[in-house]
Amino acid sequence: METVKKELQSLGFTDVKQADNRLTVTVPQDKLYGVARYLRRERPEQPFDFLIDLVGMDFGDALGAIYHLSPSQNPSLVVTLEARADSREQPELFSVCDLWDVAQVYEREAYDFFGIRFINHPDMRRIFLRSDWNGFPLRKDYNADPALNPVPLENEHIPDMERMPSITLKMGERVEEVRQAFDKDEYVVNFGPQHPAMHGVLHLRVSLDGEVVKKVDPVFGYIHRGIEKMCESYTYPQILHLTDRLDYLSGTMNRHAVCLCCENALALEVPERAHYLRTIFDELTRIASHLLGWGCMCMDMGSITAFVYGMRDREKIMDIFEETAGGRLMASYSVIGGVPCDVHPNFQKRIKEFIPYMRKMLKEHHLLFTNNPIARGRMKDVGYLSQEKAISLGATGPSSRASGWHNDLRKIAPYAAYGKVNFDEVLRTEGLTFDRYVIRLDEIEQSLRIIEQLVDNIPEGAHAAKTKAIIRLPEGEFFQRVENARGQFGVHISSKGDKTPYRVKFRSPSLVLVGALKAIATEAKVADLIMLGASLDYVIPCIDR
Amino acid sequence: MEVKSIRIPNMKYEDFNDNEYLEEYVTELRKNGVNIFVGKLSDVINWGRSNSVWPLTFATSCCGIEFMCVGAARTDFARFGWEVTRNSPRQADVIFVCGTIVHKMAPVLKRLYEQMAEPRYVMAIGNCAICGGPFKNSYHVVKGVDEIIPVDVFVPGCPPRPDAFLYGMMQMARKIKVQNFFKLPQQPQLPHSSTPNTAADGNS
Repeated sequence: METVKKELQSLGFTDVKQADNRLTVTVPQDKLYGVARYLRRERPEQPFDFLIDLVGMDFGDALGAIYHLSPSQNPSLVVTLEARADSREQPELFSVCDLWDVAQVYEREAYDFFGIRFINHPDMRRIFLRSDWNGFPLRKDYNADPALNPVPLENEHIPDMERMPSITLKMGERVEEVRQAFDKDEYVVNFGPQHPAMHGVLHLRVSLDGEVVKKVDPVFGYIHRGIEKMCESYTYPQILHLTDRLDYLSGTMNRHAVCLCCENALALEVPERAHYLRTIFDELTRIASHLLGWGCMCMDMGSITAFVYGMRDREKIMDIFEETAGGRLMASYSVIGGVPCDVHPNFQKRIKEFIPYMRKMLKEHHLLFTNNPIARGRMKDVGYLSQEKAISLGATGPSSRASGWHNDLRKIAPYAAYGKVNFDEVLRTEGLTFDRYVIRLDEIEQSLRIIEQLVDNIPEGAHAAKTKAIIRLPEGEFFQRVENARGQFGVHISSKGDKTPYRVKFRSPSLVLVGALKAIATEAKVADLIMLGASLDYVIPCIDR
Repeated sequence: MEVKSIRIPNMKYEDFNDNEYLEEYVTELRKNGVNIFVGKLSDVINWGRSNSVWPLTFATSCCGIEFMCVGAARTDFARFGWEVTRNSPRQADVIFVCGTIVHKMAPVLKRLYEQMAEPRYVMAIGNCAICGGPFKNSYHVVKGVDEIIPVDVFVPGCPPRPDAFLYGMMQMARKIKVQNFFKLPQQPQLPHSSTPNTAADGNS
């Protein structure tokens, strides 16, 4: 941490702010690429090769972006670069997509929401909204008149989807170009947005050569609900309601992230009991999510029985949720300051019944499907994702741990009660589809271990800290990550001291996984495409937000 | 067939809400009288139709997970003959609109609906599909699918429980049972309905 601080100061940035494990620097527009390249490529050790998130910002007087960077060997250390574009009328920043692959999607997102154009980015299309959308919705001066953007009656035209404008600087000269996503003689197949095996409404445009996938071009936005903009007009407790519905399979964890972010900003002391309960709920959600992910992946490979088995076991967790929290899928069991209500008297009993049941069922799942020679043959040697690629693509969670990248926030930066329990971070090294498949079942076992250690030791006491009736966060930028079932879920809250945030940005672990799909599906067979997507287990509404 | 004489296993007439709506619907349908032979034949066909409704595999967000739960072992909708989920809209009878419909998705949903063969039914599942739900204030969300396609049954909830799905399906079955199969395109336009109508209260 200190060495990074010194390095930044030697680069000429004297004003380095430090909060927890995060350093913040404001960088002028023309120096941004230089600093980014230094941190990524030229540092002597521990390069910052993981771009956690890129937050587009409307600072009021200027537009800009905030980059959260981290070294992959030490993901708890974060360096934040703040860059502002000089002109508000024609905001432009230098692209960093040659340093981090993941920046491609993030920069497209910043363009879509704020109209910031990135120089040297090959593909400056809108990412979520249609190309005929008027205005940039997350700018503060956006005109939200529905008459400007009525509900369209016609599908977006395919040629519009394929036009990729870009600005490049060649020998100091500005060149504006428009290229096509696919060549004229390429054979392009549309997968989705309505496809039974797509797990939602993702639209993949796949270029094929025979049955070999040559290129995948994902089209997002079929479930873009504009949650980040809505958050700006909602109070902090109201935002929690929306985070559940981002990645609905890890709703509890997403909610936990926002609560943690607000609590850290308020310096609120949360009772131990709440920490324990939140951890148990997080892990139960993780098990439910992995069971569904496992079932759906098996179903995509043709085994409907596995799906029914997965859903059957998942119902047991839904019962536990329902009894205590009142909700099934959306447990909504975290509020700022703790948990909203105490647990049901049956809670511990039910969990103690569930753990041995789940262990027994896990054995059965392995027997039924993991050791099935047909399934093994199907998953063998398909979909290799190397560790370097996973890091560069920002893919976190089980999908990248299958490639051997140690990035579990529960271990690296323990929050809630994770520091008090013994569990293993499941790592595999091959990075193949089978590893991504089996790692989820192994994580269920680890989650059971965590719950087992906590359930008997829930401390007595209050379940929530007292908060003010109206919660106002102090002025500043707050960033918090938690490990959800798909990877690192991040919340960036920018506050001006009001009861509503100035800007909220969610780091979606699923968005980057589609980038990983692009990487692993190339040169794979088209019949494997759906299975590869299922092995990454992304949730579409979390991508689109 | 009169509304009171519709038999749904293990459910009484009083157990259902919105009976007035269905009665009004039947009165409109029977206005000009129905030939007894045609009526009886229609009842027989409707008995078969209502016990074998094929839904389209369609979900955009959270409600889709509960839809999967309805299809799985505990609340198995195969008991009602609804389990044959079709992947092509051309083979489906009913579309469960599970989840938020946004601007970009609206033309896709409309096309899916138009691709379905008559008689076709729509169930709006969850608050998002009914009126935009929690995302009503968003710039990119359609405030209710009834702005795009006609809806037969609304199932509120965020997301609705699987039991609510089943209840909505029973209501759908009742509606199918009272229709005159031989005059399906001529559906009465009721002056008011007991279902929420967002277009009327100026949200759009």
